[in-house]
Amino acid sequence: MIDFGYGITRSNRLNLDEADLTLARKMARREKSFGTCIGCGTCTAGCTAGHFTAYNPRKIQLMILNGQTENLKEDLEKCMLCGRCQMLCPRGISLRSLWSKLYRALDAPHKTPSVTRDIF
Amino acid sequence: MGHEKIMGHDIDNTGTNPLTGRRRVWKEYQKVIPSDKYFYVRSCIRQNIFPASEVHFLKIMREALGKDVYENPHHTTCSGIGYHSDVVPLETSMTIVARQFALMAEAGYENLAVSCITSFGLYTEFLETWQHFPHIRERIAEKLYRATGRELVLPKCVAHASDIIYALRDEISQKAKYRLVNKNTGEPLRIVEHIGCHYAKMFPSKGVGGAEYPCVLSGMVDAWGGQIVDYPERRQCCGFGFRQYLVQANRGYSISNTKKKFDSMEPYHPDAIIANCPGCPYFMDRWQYVIAEMEGKTYGENGFGIPVLTYEELAGLVLGYDPWDLGLQVHQTSVEPLLDKMGIEYDPSQKYKGLDGKDLGRPEEPRVLKTELCPHCL
Repeated sequence: MIDFGYGITRSNRLNLDEADLTLARKMARREKSFGTCIGCGTCTAGCTAGHFTAYNPRKIQLMILNGQTENLKEDLEKCMLCGRCQMLCPRGISLRSLWSKLYRALDAPHKTPSVTRDIF
Repeated sequence: MGHEKIMGHDIDNTGTNPLTGRRRVWKEYQKVIPSDKYFYVRSCIRQNIFPASEVHFLKIMREALGKDVYENPHHTTCSGIGYHSDVVPLETSMTIVARQFALMAEAGYENLAVSCITSFGLYTEFLETWQHFPHIRERIAEKLYRATGRELVLPKCVAHASDIIYALRDEISQKAKYRLVNKNTGEPLRIVEHIGCHYAKMFPSKGVGGAEYPCVLSGMVDAWGGQIVDYPERRQCCGFGFRQYLVQANRGYSISNTKKKFDSMEPYHPDAIIANCPGCPYFMDRWQYVIAEMEGKTYGENGFGIPVLTYEELAGLVLGYDPWDLGLQVHQTSVEPLLDKMGIEYDPSQKYKGLDGKDLGRPEEPRVLKTELCPHCL
């Protein structure tokens, strides 16, 4: 192959017809307020865990909708379930409930996030 | 059909009144394109990359259709390529464009025919700017007078050359020697149309069909018997994007973008691509070779690429001009598969002969992309 001095980057396009949206459908059934999210990012802006780690609730919501669920469990473990996101959410989404149900839906080995488990 | 609410408006779709319903809505997407008397301005780069396209536009207009198109050898670059590359200041570009308009007025013409999409976008942008900020127009007129002694006269109409071919597509169709139909199957050829971003994405009202439904090229294909391919990335940029290409390190952005388009159109098996921009056909033509060399991937049938033509070249083929006079031998992606499907007669031995019979020399054969027909290829 010829080296032209530049390369072709892999497309990051998502094909939602082929994506596995099982988790998104499951979450929509289990937590009705999940579908009302407008992706404003207020949850992320006010997130306590997000202040100290790379935790990003809005990203998690987007990943669920895109069917990109590979690393969700590790991300979700950073949540302390403090409920600040729920307090700030302009759509009144029950985020604490959502994260707990998401955790169960992901079939996590332990039922509560690690920080919470250590505390309680 | 009937009355329906569209965006809060009661729309009559019965079609009984020509100014109501979809016809009224569609009217907002139309532009007035005079069919005659144009002052033609060429592109800086098209004569190098598709050398016979502009001369065949003039030939089609003057000889085939009997139109009055004037060309002044004193016109210069519009400077758009420098403007978009951040090397020419805005007011310098405006003064250069003002000089083109002055040359047109001096020649006694009111309609400007523009060969290049970048130029068309630039002229449109400056005319809009001058309309909304008259003090800038006055300043530019003063600079033009100081620099050249010429008066700034605004054109009555600025049309891209593809607008004019679109407006005359039915006249061309009546004189057609070949149609965009596969002679072996009788099926319409599947054509991908690609419209330059600067045609209507910046000023939708200045293009036929606006930015949402640009039909300047699809109208030609329909009129000449072909079938348009509607694929997901149809309105995606070709990948040229001045700064993506001018800096070598950025060319990965350009080719990745083009590959995305080809991957998207591939399942529809297009027979050819046409474009109305200088850069688009060039990049879609040449990048097929580079993608083939980089990844071993080809998009046409049997290891060939998808032939990429300018709209003048396609109009020339439809009218029966010789493919080699149209300059199709300088394309990187071989056009012979399209010529064979259309049933166009050509002499392979004349492919690399100049107009005076002088040997132009054969290009080096690519390792992956097939470019020469042999009995076993098709």
